[in-house]
Amino acid sequence: MKVQSIEDLKAVKEEYLPLIKQRLGHRNGLGSTQVMVCSGTACTSAASQDLRNGLQLEIERHGLKENVKVFKTGCFGFCQNGPIVMVHPGEVFYCNVKPEDAKEIVETHLMGGQVVERLLYRNVDNQVAQRMEDIHFFQAQTRIVLHNCGVINPEEIGEYIARDGYMALAEVIQKNNPREVIEAIKRSGLRGRGGAGFPTGRKWEMAAAQDVRPKYVLCNADEGDPGAFMDRSILEGDPHSVIEAMAVAGYCIGASQGYIYVRAEYPIAVKRLEIAIEQAREKGLLGKNLFGSSFDFDLGLRFGAGAFVCGEETALIHSVMGQRGEPRPRPPYPAQEGLWGKPTLINNVETYANIPAILRNGWEWYQGQGTAGSKGSKVFSLAGKINNTGLIEVPMGTTLRTIIFDIGGGIPGGKKFKAVQTGGPSGGCIPEKYLDMPIDYESLKEIGSMMGSGGMIVMNEDNCMVDIARFYLEFTQDESCGRCTPCRVGTKRLLETLKRITEGNGEIEDLELLEELSFDIRDASLCGLGQTAPNPVISTMRYFKDEYLAHIKDKNCPAGVCKELLNFVVDEEKCAACGICAKDCAAGAITGKPGEAYRIDPDKCSRCAACAAKCPKKAITRGPRKEEIINGNQGIRPGTVSPENRAAL
Amino acid sequence: MEQEVQVNESLRETAHTRAAAEKVKPVEENEKINKYKELDQVIRLYSKEPGQLINILQKAQDIFGCLSEEVQSYIAEKTENPVSEINGVVTFYSLFYTEPKGKHTFDLCLGTACYVKGAQELMDSLKDLLKVDEGETTKDRLFTLKSTRCIGACGLAPVLVVDGDVHGKASAGEITKIIQAYRKGEKIEGTKH
Repeated sequence: MKVQSIEDLKAVKEEYLPLIKQRLGHRNGLGSTQVMVCSGTACTSAASQDLRNGLQLEIERHGLKENVKVFKTGCFGFCQNGPIVMVHPGEVFYCNVKPEDAKEIVETHLMGGQVVERLLYRNVDNQVAQRMEDIHFFQAQTRIVLHNCGVINPEEIGEYIARDGYMALAEVIQKNNPREVIEAIKRSGLRGRGGAGFPTGRKWEMAAAQDVRPKYVLCNADEGDPGAFMDRSILEGDPHSVIEAMAVAGYCIGASQGYIYVRAEYPIAVKRLEIAIEQAREKGLLGKNLFGSSFDFDLGLRFGAGAFVCGEETALIHSVMGQRGEPRPRPPYPAQEGLWGKPTLINNVETYANIPAILRNGWEWYQGQGTAGSKGSKVFSLAGKINNTGLIEVPMGTTLRTIIFDIGGGIPGGKKFKAVQTGGPSGGCIPEKYLDMPIDYESLKEIGSMMGSGGMIVMNEDNCMVDIARFYLEFTQDESCGRCTPCRVGTKRLLETLKRITEGNGEIEDLELLEELSFDIRDASLCGLGQTAPNPVISTMRYFKDEYLAHIKDKNCPAGVCKELLNFVVDEEKCAACGICAKDCAAGAITGKPGEAYRIDPDKCSRCAACAAKCPKKAITRGPRKEEIINGNQGIRPGTVSPENRAAL
Repeated sequence: MEQEVQVNESLRETAHTRAAAEKVKPVEENEKINKYKELDQVIRLYSKEPGQLINILQKAQDIFGCLSEEVQSYIAEKTENPVSEINGVVTFYSLFYTEPKGKHTFDLCLGTACYVKGAQELMDSLKDLLKVDEGETTKDRLFTLKSTRCIGACGLAPVLVVDGDVHGKASAGEITKIIQAYRKGEKIEGTKH
């Protein structure tokens, strides 16, 4: 049945509402049980598909097929503890469920009515948490963008409609006042979630003001920041919210064609989008004459082929046209001259996902959340050295401490927090002293980082900040498209200097060089990639200068990461002379006899750390290689000088 | 005399292999023709809409395994684009290959989350175990070692993807096991943590 009016939409909603209501905790006497299995990328990687099949099989075996239904659902965000299974009614939240647990869930819970306590989450205080609300991780979150993830089956459009989906589009078309919609978005204070935070309403206004036809609506789903996966989760868990928002945008600016540019590395997201677009077309929510009006809108998918720079809007436009994804100078902005030279509105996935919520609940509601300059909520992905890796959504202005230590559960293994990196390769490393600062676009910028797409990588005392800066530069240098010289050559020189420092050949002048080069690249590069590429270097030099100095002056890596600065030594007291290390040493650097402590020849040692990993007694430790390098840099090699000369040094 | 026999044998051998090659040739030839036919269909389907070059290249890579110069110039001719433009696009994006890959591809994620959790050390041991550098294929054409950008499974870091199967929370020991299993021709399921 095609949806032609708000009444039709409501009819679909009524059909699916009982299912949804039960999932939200209503005891509506549905008479059936629903089992929701997370099928986001992380849970799928942890065999959630086998689990789902297993559950289905057990249910059929026990003749429960009529009363128990198994559904796929989007990411709950609790990725560290996946696969996640939720059983309704009762909202029982199971974690770390393995395919072999299917039998127990079916027999004990679904048939016996007993919750399988073994699979429930335990909070830090060891208290068993049966429902999502009982879990600490979810308590401080506000889910606006992710409000459908984990609730609906993303492969069923009816469930999205039951959550008032496409209602915003219907009303926008019925009211026929695009200007009012743009005004509402402007007033809501929504800013681009892709990184730079440009006011979304202004972008829409600019695109709407153009007289040229046709116009296009683009969605940037080229989530390239390593460690950021919120866009992927939205597309996997709630693809229709993006489709609806793009249709609204099309109506407001006067476009009838849109494209979603999505990474080919996200196969599940691509599949869900294909299904969603197909279902929307079937229901008449994409295509010709939407809601009986004269408005046509359709969507196409375009796939990224692995180029980070394509997240930059002008580069993305080139890539959508099938060309090399190289950026070009702005202005003209894409809103003036974009795809095929026509006015193009381009927003990021998370930005679009906010739109239906704003229109449904009113801009006043949205504006009431967040800080003075940054409204609403932000989805962050927590990764790195943190207990609860996953996806969270918090109001703008939440402190890093709440995010990392409260929601994230702190640092594993009793290690010390060192820094949190936000904004991906364009962002910076934030030290401990700013943990209590409320974060929004402005505050992050002030301390030398940026919001970026919302990736947060937590680092502890075992991470070397110089090495992290080098890692990011390696990334940006590799991804620099080569169009402009400051970025192409500058990042290369920056990387070389950083490598020199991590290899123990750094000079004190290198610090000045790094700084100068960083500012030049920032000021002279063509696009956002180059302009922000030096940020990891600038921020680590600002907050962790002592580590740079340790590498340069003392030829020491305090965190024990930079291999060239390390010396592997056998602790003679601990060594059991088992010989495992000597067997595993690829360089043949370890010698010894049974009954005597083994020795490592520093000249032969390739510092692969294999021996330290294999030693059953943990007798091999890494220490600084200071003296040897300083001597080496002055042309003195072991064994080439007399003891007197050495003493003179 | 002995020599003569040897020469005779080697002659026979070459004759034999030549015959075998000739037998194989038509089959290979046929396969190739079929592949090009398939490519023609792809081009016909996509060239209706402008800007579908990347899609065509992706599909062509699926058909041929890689985008050799021959395939690139064929696409150039069919889509009426200069070869330079096709080559420019192929070499710009990291998901396109101009050399055939091995039977199995090891993609180690070197995104930040995985790096922070020791992915570089895993990369070093992979290089060591397979005796190849990043981006190379082993001599027996069994394994290609690559690094990949974040696949978004940061909760399972460090992550190794083998032919699309994700192995989460990978360790050096596990990697050795995976390689051994693939050498034996067995497939290892993604780790269930």
